[in-house]
Amino acid sequence: MKRITTIMAATAALFATTGLARAEGELNIYNWGNYTSPEMIKKFEDQYKVKVTITDYDSNDTALAKVRQGGSGFDMVVPSQNYIPIWISEGLFLETDPGKMENFSHVAKEWQNPEFDPGRKYTVPWAMGIVGTVVNTDVYKGDINTWGIIFNTPDELKGKVNVVPEMTDVIDAAVLYNGGKKCTGDLAILKKVRDTLVAAKPNWVAMEYGTIQKMGSGDFAASSDWNGSAFRQRLANPAIKFGYPKEGYVNWSDNLAVLKDAKNVENAKLFQNFMMDPANAGMNSGFHRYANGIAGSGEFMPADMKGAPEIDIPAEFASVGVPSQTCPPEVQELYTKIWTELQK
Amino acid sequence: MTDAAGTIEAEQSKDIRKRWLLSLPALLIILLAATGPLLIVLLYSFLAPGPYGDVQWAPSLEGWIGVFLEKDIFDETLSLASAHISIFMRSVGLSLVTTILTLLVGFPTAYFIATRPEKTRELWLFLITIPFWTNLLIRTFAILEVIRNEGLINGLLIKTGLIAKPIQMLFTDGAILTGMVYVYLPLMVLPLYASMEKLDFRLVEAGYDLYATPFRVLRKIIIPLVKPGIIAGSILVFIPALGAYVTPSILGGGKNMMLGNLIELQFGQGRNWPLGSALSITLMLIVMVALLVYVRNAGSQGSRHG
Repeated sequence: MKRITTIMAATAALFATTGLARAEGELNIYNWGNYTSPEMIKKFEDQYKVKVTITDYDSNDTALAKVRQGGSGFDMVVPSQNYIPIWISEGLFLETDPGKMENFSHVAKEWQNPEFDPGRKYTVPWAMGIVGTVVNTDVYKGDINTWGIIFNTPDELKGKVNVVPEMTDVIDAAVLYNGGKKCTGDLAILKKVRDTLVAAKPNWVAMEYGTIQKMGSGDFAASSDWNGSAFRQRLANPAIKFGYPKEGYVNWSDNLAVLKDAKNVENAKLFQNFMMDPANAGMNSGFHRYANGIAGSGEFMPADMKGAPEIDIPAEFASVGVPSQTCPPEVQELYTKIWTELQK
Repeated sequence: MTDAAGTIEAEQSKDIRKRWLLSLPALLIILLAATGPLLIVLLYSFLAPGPYGDVQWAPSLEGWIGVFLEKDIFDETLSLASAHISIFMRSVGLSLVTTILTLLVGFPTAYFIATRPEKTRELWLFLITIPFWTNLLIRTFAILEVIRNEGLINGLLIKTGLIAKPIQMLFTDGAILTGMVYVYLPLMVLPLYASMEKLDFRLVEAGYDLYATPFRVLRKIIIPLVKPGIIAGSILVFIPALGAYVTPSILGGGKNMMLGNLIELQFGQGRNWPLGSALSITLMLIVMVALLVYVRNAGSQGSRHG
């Protein structure tokens, strides 16, 4: 009997390890992979004597599903803006009120009161970017500032185009290409979208995430992609350029929030404030190569980011950007159906 | 007499109880780690989807209906879920072709090993298991490096002047099949070898002595005798191939979904957990049917020899 008790106790302990109390001076961040500057983390650790642990996720849905279960053991998370209203409405964030923190004054005006988190009650900007196109201009010399690269592929690029398989990004791009609005439930537009995608697919070589490596190695000559990724590709091969689709493109941002069941709330708040310091935000941008929404952080970024064509949006294209937002469930269902049909 | 019988019975039941107690930890693990989650999947398949992933605690058959039927996106007519069916068919087709190819490659390999002198057989078997030492993902990426546009094969062909432009091998069906056959070959060779090792080669000689052609010997003697190995190997290859998606998506470029991708989509961006659960159970049912067919075949085989 005693043995059975021991076994049961051991089993219980196994399940409880994730919930064990943490020693003081820790911070557990749950973030996208390859997205956090190790140098900046080191600085935070030294400054506040806190041991930081970073765990990766690969999609907003994964992060949401894991944290929703409870007992994740994470203190902070960095979801995209279109998911933030979901996190807030499900009560997963702690109201830390970054809008009242010391460094909040450094947040750029246009990011001080965003629609997804009015008054910045929960989140701090981490990075922001654009979904556009990358093209190897050695292979194709024409206009790259169009979704036509993907949806009406020029002959030179046929069979060499990749599409990053982010369902919402791809369908949004096709919606904008067909003159619709993001998250549209308009069936006439969605039908055109479906037809556009189905007709375009034979010209694609793959639907993959690994664009930085495969654009560099010549396996792809063009792809849909994020601007920070495009930046890293241009550094490896100057012929690779980022295109701002004139039909419209989606602006996204990822934002740092504290979880309601965080164990290290004080350290997490310190980190939120720390991230709004231009020196730290600039250091982080030097790693992930995206803009960060903190005014004055530019001078702390590496020299090659100043005036980079992927970061400074050309004036002629600035107006066609649309903010990323949560689509209603019924639209999401239509998107999923089109997506399944595309890949059947 | 009742006394003696009673003691023996008591001894026996004590023994049985001891065995049950000893196997209790294993049974508990199976119950908790395998059956439990499975029951949750089954339960979820009968609930309604939550608006942003997860499920709502309301009974619903939508998930199961969605596996087989679909409402047309644009004109609301109900029809057979052609997208799901074609993804199912692709997965089944790919698994079947993989099984046949591994059998074609694996059979001579196993025969070769079984006909070696006993001492060297160990070495050959050992060589077959080498790929298992490395992770599946790494092996798949190794193939990718070999067949990509600036990879080993294209590099060699261009250097020797045989071709001017790289041949597109990566992201084709051929690439997927190459990868699948490479990954699953050991699973075919090992059971084939196990039955060939037991093969009485005097029967083969007898066949030749009676002027049978090699093909006839193969068809009438060898294949019937190693049939259990063929079936076991085919099942071992077919089942994991059915759920495979790492190899097809890395080497095939992920343009076409496999069953695994379709299920993953429902739990991720598709936010339809009940449909994903129902699809998973459907996949399991297919595997179960395949296994039942196997057990039946193997069973009748055993009794014939028995």
